[in-house]
Parts: sequence; C-alpha cells; structure tokens
Amino acid sequence: MSDRELGRLDVAAIREDFPILSRTVRDGRPLVYLDSGATSQKPRQVLDAEREFYERHNAAVHRGAHQLAEEATDAYESARETIASFIGADSGEVVFTKNATEAINLVAYAMSNAATAEDGLRRLKVGPGDEIVVTEMEHHANLVPWQQLCQRTGATLRWFPVTDEGRLDLSDLNEIVNERTRMVAFAHQSNVLGTVNPVAPITARAREVGALVLLDACQSVPHMPVDVAALDVDFLAFSGHKMLGPNGIGVLWGRRELLEAMPPFISGGSMIGVVHMDHSTWAEPPQRFEAGVPMAPQAVGLAAACDYLSKVGMDLVADHERALTEYALKQIGAIEGASIVGPNEIADRGGAVSFAVEDIHPHDLGQVLDDRGVEVRVGHHCAWPLHRKLGIVATTRASFYLYNTMEDVDALAEAIRAAQRFFGTRA
Amino acid sequence: MQLDAMYQEIILDHYRNPHHKGLRDPHDAEAHHINPTCGDEVTLRVALTPASGATGLDEKAIVSDVSYEGMGCSISQASTSVLTDLLIGRSVAEGMETLNAFTEMMQSKGKGEPDEDVLEDAVAFVGVSKYPARIKCALLGWMAWKDAVSQSLEKEGA
Repeated sequence: MSDRELGRLDVAAIREDFPILSRTVRDGRPLVYLDSGATSQKPRQVLDAEREFYERHNAAVHRGAHQLAEEATDAYESARETIASFIGADSGEVVFTKNATEAINLVAYAMSNAATAEDGLRRLKVGPGDEIVVTEMEHHANLVPWQQLCQRTGATLRWFPVTDEGRLDLSDLNEIVNERTRMVAFAHQSNVLGTVNPVAPITARAREVGALVLLDACQSVPHMPVDVAALDVDFLAFSGHKMLGPNGIGVLWGRRELLEAMPPFISGGSMIGVVHMDHSTWAEPPQRFEAGVPMAPQAVGLAAACDYLSKVGMDLVADHERALTEYALKQIGAIEGASIVGPNEIADRGGAVSFAVEDIHPHDLGQVLDDRGVEVRVGHHCAWPLHRKLGIVATTRASFYLYNTMEDVDALAEAIRAAQRFFGTRA
Repeated sequence: MQLDAMYQEIILDHYRNPHHKGLRDPHDAEAHHINPTCGDEVTLRVALTPASGATGLDEKAIVSDVSYEGMGCSISQASTSVLTDLLIGRSVAEGMETLNAFTEMMQSKGKGEPDEDVLEDAVAFVGVSKYPARIKCALLGWMAWKDAVSQSLEKEGA
C-alpha cells in the first residue's frame, strides 16, 4: 500500500455533499478545512432534514394535541431512537442537552443536587472524603465542572498524569481510583494529543471500588464506531456539531437505573410530574433532564447526521482518518523544526494532530496557514493544564474528518514550510 | 498575499530584537496579563518619576521605565516592544493618549488612518486590525501598561 492510498471511502462523492468545501477563502484560495475537531462541516442531507422539519412539521414538542405537535413530537422521538441506535443504546437512556459541556454539567450538578434531593434521588450524593478522578489531558469541559462539583460539595479532585509521550500514566491506577472514588471522568480520545485512552482497565478498576465512569466521547463518537454496551461505562457525553450535526444539540447517554436515581439539573416546563404552588415532582428520564421546549429541529438534523455516517460506515470513516493521520504524522514529522505533540505512532491514536514548529508561535503559524487557505486551530484548545504539563504555551492542531484528502495533508505540510520561509527560521 | 501587510518589517524587527526587554527595578507597579484564548502572557513593570515641581505621582508624572517579560506570538511581543519605545520618557497623560490612539487603530478593522506623529512605529499594526482574532495579541502589553500605571497612581493616592 502506498502511503497516499486511502481506504474504500469515495471522498470525492462525499465532498459533493458539503457545499462549504467548494468555497474559497482569503483571496481565492481553495478551502482546506482541518479544524473538524473544533466543529465539523455539515452535509446537505443534514441541512435538508432540519429545513424539512421547519417547513413541514414545526411545532413545540411534547405540548399540544394538534397534528403538527404530533408530527413534531414523532420526529423528535424518532430522532432519539436513531441517535441511540448509532451508539448501541436504548432510546430511553438518551438525554438531549445543549452540547456535551451541558451533558457533563448535568451529571455533575445532579451529583451535588442529590444532597438535598428527596428520598430515592440521593444515590449519587458526594461530600467531604469522596473523590472525583479526571485526567491531566481533559478538555476544560470535562475538568472545570468536576472542580466546581468538588468546590460545592467538599469532595476531592484527583487526576491521572500524562506521560511525555502523551499517554495516560495508569501506573497508580489502583491508588488513584480507590474506595473513596465516586466518579472517574475521562476523554475517550484527547482533543489535543489524539490519544485514544484505554477504557477497559479504568472501568474495571472503577467497578471494583464501586465508582461511576463518565466518558467524554466528543472526539470518538464522530470518528470511530462506539458502542456503549461494549464500553461498559455509566455515562457518555458527545456533541452534535462535531459529527456533521447541527449546533445547539449534545447528548448524554446514561444507564437507565442511574438516570432514574438522579435529581434534575435544569428545572421548568416539560420535566415535571405534578406541580403545586410550593413543590413539584419530576418526570421520568429522559424528560426529567429536558426542561423547556426542546431542540427538535436540531435532533432531527443530528439523526440525519447519524444516518449519513451509518450509510458511509463508521468503520470506513475510522480507516480513512487513520490513513490521513498516518500520512500527516509522516509528512509533518519530516519537516525540520516541526515536532508532533502527542503519540507519534498510529496505534490507539485518532485524527487530531497537534504540533510545534521551532521559533514560530502557533498564532503566527496559523496566520500563514490561513493566508494559504489552510484552516487549523491554534492555542491551548481548551486544555490549558495539559499544555502547562507539556511545558508549552500553545500548539497548532490539524484535525481530520471523512471529507479530508491526502492533498489536504500535502497543503498543510507545504504551508508549514512556507511559514518557515516567511519568518526566516528555515531556508 | 496579505501577510506582508500584516507582518510589516517593523513588526518582525521588534519581534526578533525586542527593545527594553527584561524585568528591571526600581518599579512602582507590575501587571501580569494573560490572553485566555491562547495562553500568551506578559509581565510588565512601570517606574514613574514625579513631574518637576510635583511631590507625588499624578498624570504629569514621567514614565521613566517600562520593562517586561513575556511569552507570545510576534504580534504581542513586537507590540510590547514598540510600546516601550513610545512611552518611556513621556508623561502618563501623553502615554494614555497614545494608548487611546493605538486602541482606536486596533478597532478600526483595517480602515483606520493612524496619526504617525502620535503612534510612530506603532502604525505598522494597522494591518493587524483586519484580523479580529489578533487584536487582543496587539493589545496585550498595552493593557498591562495601563493596569500597571493605574496601580502606581492608586498606590500614590492611597
């Protein structure tokens, strides 16, 4: 196999579905979009699904008895089934949130709300002496909510360190996850390093001590086949907009018996059982966690995104990204003065490739890349503690998706060399 | 290529050979500013000397030194270097006027017509104002200066 051979994906046909990919940027440069780790582009099928909902079925979901309300509710609940089946889950265990950040906050707040909840909803209660475990490579979204939970409840935050190679250091697994641990929350795949973390040993240890496991799957569900039953975790959070879906929708999957034992996070309409002037009771999950008129058009759009990805085949998406990543590691690695931040080998690694270029600050590098139409992310990628640990202020990150090509990687490598020429750091 | 308009030679010169860099004493106040979007940071000190005839520090006080350390992109580093050239030796009031002129230029979206008599080398940053994501970089050192000067005057008033 030559190093430029792609899998069985018909990328040219796929690109036809994404109108934005044919536009130009900055004085007529073809767009080379390498920032799907931040947000993905959307195919026409997703945009059409959302438009059709608005044009044909729009009404407030789970309210009213007119025909449009029925159709809208059907569309919303069918979307839930499609999305649930995409991750091997039961639809009653899928909660729609604003985004993955809200999904994680939902669990963290349910845990602190448990302290003052009615009987039967106190199972997840945490307090002084309890411990919450995260990792040093977490996105702020899977770190700050747990810091805040600890601050509110008096629990202690602990974390797995990251090795110089950008892998989790699990050598103290049995000490860090112990009888006091109530929750272990970690990224399935790092948004900076690309590292795919080993779920099984962490989950096994958590089970031994009776701790819960929440997996931040923002960078995995869009890019590889994910099956919640096989992962054997308790909660899984991901965003719609990173997987070809609309903005404004995220998903929390949780085990039914846990969701049933959790008090609400956001309260108001739709999530109630009975409301009196001085107290209320709660609906069953998932409605208990979906206060207010829900984002039905976005749910429909996200279901269309799942259908699109299923039709392409998540195995093929993963293969395609593996080929791109392998090629990118090789091409960037071959540039004198450039170094990969994260694992250099393809094993247990996804398509987020961060790197540093000697004597060029990522902001300046990103500016030259942008001038050539190559759109990447620069900065700390909402993982500031990880950058601090690695002793760097910021990195430049290219992240791939099913619509990227080997030519995109070539354009990236050439743009890095152009930046070196521009700033005079390499001939 | 729009890059040359943004990275004018003056900016690259200041980046490669920054002026007045390093933290020095004596100083009246120090400010540490961080750009939360990228993690760039600057630590900046100011030393003020009372205006002739005055006993304390006021708007007429002279900026006798500006010293700094920082980690960041060429824009933030060069902008801080240019700042030291412009503001050392000026009165606080003049410095504030220069700061206002610089801020106004940075918010002009590339359309500003900066006064070269006031901004001197700093007019080179007008090209940066076309890129909203980089405006904070250019302002990082200036905001730290403003903060440090305010602290110095407040201390005096306390």
